[in-house]
Amino acid sequence: MSAPRSMHSSAESVATRPAIEVEGLIKRYDSRTVVDRLSFSIFRGELFALLGPNGAGKTTTIEILEGYRRPDAGTVRILGLDPSRDASELKRRIGVMLQSGGIYPTATPQEVLELFACFYPDPEDPEALLHLVGLDEVRRTRYRYLSGGQQRRLALALALIGKPEVLFLDEPTTGMDPQARRLTWSLLEELKRRGMTILLTTHFLEEAERLADRVAIIDHGRLIALSTPQELMRLEADHVTVAAAQPLDVDELAQLPSVHRVRELPDGRYVLETDRPIDALAEVTGWARDRRLLLTELRVGHRSLEEVFLQLTGSELRE
Amino acid sequence: MRALFAQARMELRLTLRSGEGLLVTLIIPPALLLFFAVLRIAPSGYARPIDFLLPSMLALAVMSVGLVSLGIRTAYERHYGVLKRLGATPLGRGRLLGAKVLAVLAVEVIQIGLLVAVASFFGWRPTGLVPVALLALLFGTATFASLGLLIAGTFRAETTLGLANGLYLLFILLGGIAWPLDRMPGPIALVGLLLPSNALATALRTTLSPSPGWPLGELAILALWTLGILAVARRTFRWE
Repeated sequence: MSAPRSMHSSAESVATRPAIEVEGLIKRYDSRTVVDRLSFSIFRGELFALLGPNGAGKTTTIEILEGYRRPDAGTVRILGLDPSRDASELKRRIGVMLQSGGIYPTATPQEVLELFACFYPDPEDPEALLHLVGLDEVRRTRYRYLSGGQQRRLALALALIGKPEVLFLDEPTTGMDPQARRLTWSLLEELKRRGMTILLTTHFLEEAERLADRVAIIDHGRLIALSTPQELMRLEADHVTVAAAQPLDVDELAQLPSVHRVRELPDGRYVLETDRPIDALAEVTGWARDRRLLLTELRVGHRSLEEVFLQLTGSELRE
Repeated sequence: MRALFAQARMELRLTLRSGEGLLVTLIIPPALLLFFAVLRIAPSGYARPIDFLLPSMLALAVMSVGLVSLGIRTAYERHYGVLKRLGATPLGRGRLLGAKVLAVLAVEVIQIGLLVAVASFFGWRPTGLVPVALLALLFGTATFASLGLLIAGTFRAETTLGLANGLYLLFILLGGIAWPLDRMPGPIALVGLLLPSNALATALRTTLSPSPGWPLGELAILALWTLGILAVARRTFRWE
């Protein structure tokens, strides 16, 4: 009885349902609530970033979606399936990259890729994947002798070996050098173009800014913002940063017509908040000319995602 | 089936690749057999020392691969998150355990070949109920592989390393491997009688003797140990 129904719902899901649905998710360890009424959906072909400080509940959330843990409350659907009940079907259709480890220390990249290829009905070619993640030259080097970045790239290749529809990446570029990180980013952009649905957690705002279609910021297990990176950065007014050879009068700056508020930074610069940056710029230069002040810096900028994050969570991202 | 055999091949390859795995499974048992046979160190009451020594070392070989090699390797796989990562693939826990059993059996085939080769050098020829001896080896494999996995899934890797080696030594000295229990002081013999190593070694001696018998009591002891270990493992084994 249940088989035809689930076939029907999965046929329907291709057209209408999001790839990942999370509704009212709660997870407690003892009395500590680590995921607190989390809800979000991820559309097919979307790259979705889960951003938050250490201990925010990112890994717990992604591991519930991967089927490692059961939620205490709420529902989770991946491709319309339940990660616990439909585990064996889902495992053929998802790819997983753990936050660390997961690979035999004494096996080589070629060996583990060929092994994992045997687990899936229609795997990628291990050769091609080695090339794709740039591990051709170390294919016969044991995992424990690879650099941190090479180990992470092998973990990524293993996540891709089964041609997954949904890819879960827990801090994929942590421990990579800048070059490996850029290589991984362009790889993820390519996978996105091919239509893969990707959920990644990250500490790197630059990563979220560059790759993600949408970003969810979580802290203490709660969703505190969910939007495109561009929208998040537009949450607050733009600002003008100025600096001069001598200290400036904060009260006078604050009285300029387009300036809402002035902050003095510890390094001696001043940040003027405004929603009309062009007018503010003209007013500041006019004000400086009248007082014969030489401005050594004058810059209009958006807030970075980092600043948004700092304001929303009150804590800095740590690696 | 393809996944099962690929995994079993990997398990076997990694067992033989690690120096300590190779030492404990394929070098120590034949080396001890050779040493004792050359020096003729065996209790009286056997026509030749090899008639006592070969069953002992066959039992030792099963303990080496099931308890020590499999246990320690699995503990480190758990420590390094390998068991966790495999859990996210379609391989599944059943086939992972099946692959480990296949790899253990493959190592045992090599061990038996080496030990019989050494023994035949000292005049040993297959006698007795060989198929029943193989059955006893299977029972022993079930017991010691379960014990190795129980320890690996319950304790930290470093603890497993010590515990598996410690039990190995205990079984060798007090468990009827190095010396038969009926030649030991009473209290020690009583402890040893309950150990699975003695049941396995005695079963092998009974079946491989020129006047063989069915070791039903010993097989029952091994089966009880296996069931007990699996019952505990069900409660304590952690994949992560």
